[in-house]
Amino acid sequence: MTALLDVDRLGVRIDAPDAPGDGTLVESVTFGLEAGDRLGIIGESGSGKSLTALAILGLLGHPLRPSGAVRIASGGGIVDAVTAPLRRMDRVRGSTVGAVFQEPLASLDPLMRVGKQLSWPFAHHRGLRGDALRRAVLDALADVQLAEPERIANSYIHEISGGQRQRVAIALALAAGPRLLIADEPTTALDVTVQAGVLELLQREITERGMTMIFISHDLPVVTGITDRVLVMRRGRQVEIADTRALLTAPAEEYTRTLVAASRALDALLPATGGESA
Amino acid sequence: MTDAESSPPLGRALLAAESVGFHYRHGEPVLRSVSVALEPGESLGLVGESGAGKTTLLRLLLGLAAPTDGRVLFEGAPVDLRDRRGMRRFRRAVQPVFQDPFSSLDPRMRVGDSIAEPMRSLGLPLDRAARAARVAELLAAVELPADAAGRFPEAFSGGQRQRIAIARALAPEPRLLLADEPVSALDTSVRMTVIELFLRLARERGIAMLLVSHDLTIVSALCARMAVLEGGRVVEEGPTARVLGDPRHPYTARLLSAVPRLPAG
Repeated sequence: MTALLDVDRLGVRIDAPDAPGDGTLVESVTFGLEAGDRLGIIGESGSGKSLTALAILGLLGHPLRPSGAVRIASGGGIVDAVTAPLRRMDRVRGSTVGAVFQEPLASLDPLMRVGKQLSWPFAHHRGLRGDALRRAVLDALADVQLAEPERIANSYIHEISGGQRQRVAIALALAAGPRLLIADEPTTALDVTVQAGVLELLQREITERGMTMIFISHDLPVVTGITDRVLVMRRGRQVEIADTRALLTAPAEEYTRTLVAASRALDALLPATGGESA
Repeated sequence: MTDAESSPPLGRALLAAESVGFHYRHGEPVLRSVSVALEPGESLGLVGESGAGKTTLLRLLLGLAAPTDGRVLFEGAPVDLRDRRGMRRFRRAVQPVFQDPFSSLDPRMRVGDSIAEPMRSLGLPLDRAARAARVAELLAAVELPADAAGRFPEAFSGGQRQRIAIARALAPEPRLLLADEPVSALDTSVRMTVIELFLRLARERGIAMLLVSHDLTIVSALCARMAVLEGGRVVEEGPTARVLGDPRHPYTARLLSAVPRLPAG
């Protein structure tokens, strides 16, 4: 069995007396990932895609309550992110599953120099110390194509640009050598030319490290450029899951047809690219 | 740049920036000698990324700040922020639409009152019945039901709120809409419908439109002419079809090639 991740009827409820309806936010999300897969999750605001990501990471806290199962192959065994104790998931995160979010400031500490933040996963998961640790940090910064890694390592995050911050966040997510990367709208806050560079970087890192990826976005052209399979979500439900090309050419569900048609209509406003891809 | 491609002569322009520069005290210039002009009924897109100076230029063109160099001209006369009567006339003619329909509408004000607000504040006195009729007409123009007037913004989706914001901008019968990223906060499926609404309004009412956006798609849909800003300068300007079809400045080409596209099929 090579399954890396098995998401089985994942649901998320909110336990609050004043929650709308019966408090169901995500319902019956089911998919599996084999090593090397690249799955996109697409949906509009409020579709439940980010809650799905947080549930897989075991990061939902009260009043949010997951149900179903999220089985992750980790350290020779299977961990269920829905039921695993916090400490168990702490070990899974970083070493097996890494994450990058829309707002790099959310995962970076404003009071700590970049190099210091980045040294933590190398020390904690890989046991590096002293010169070896320092070298690993600088290599990681160079690897995400930050020029002047020394300068970046000595900077606070308010001293670097948005694109540089997202590159640091990616270096941080990859530092402990996870097998699965969950990227939740990682380029949404970036300028289009900066986005192109970050997408290229993600693509290269995932390929070179033979990693598996879940890429979450509201933007169909971005998702289809970087994934092989796409899961469509709407109002907390899984609408369909299909190979990327099939989804674009023959969407099975009405909602997907609307989404593809709207994206095509917007795309058609720009001159044809002659087969050039993002 | 050939003559046919540059801005119309400043004398004919409805609104123009003439060699406009802007810098904060002791700061680097945010805008350097920018000239753009818009004729009545025309549509112009200003494109650029963060830090290009788009928002600063928009603030100058909206009369919210004065340039540190050059002039902003409205119907050929300099916009003078201290001239209260002149500014009132200017604000009736030049109305803004902002990016975020969640923060641009007062959540405690009924939609009908929000839409009528510019008429009152700009000194266009109407009695209750006339005002209600005008609000109903504006809601119809943006394809919202008449009973929307009695409800609060929270009852509406992002796309509907942007329609409300557009109705409010239309209330004083402006000659020019200045729109700042008006569809960027909206879901893909509603973007096109709001773009179509702008197109219809421009066509039916002859309103000029100045659109500020990082998104080449919407500029391509709405603007006959476009200018590309980089580092506070206009690096390329011309008919939108020419600029996007045959970009001459390397930055324009880079911007265009960075846009994620769908595979053909």
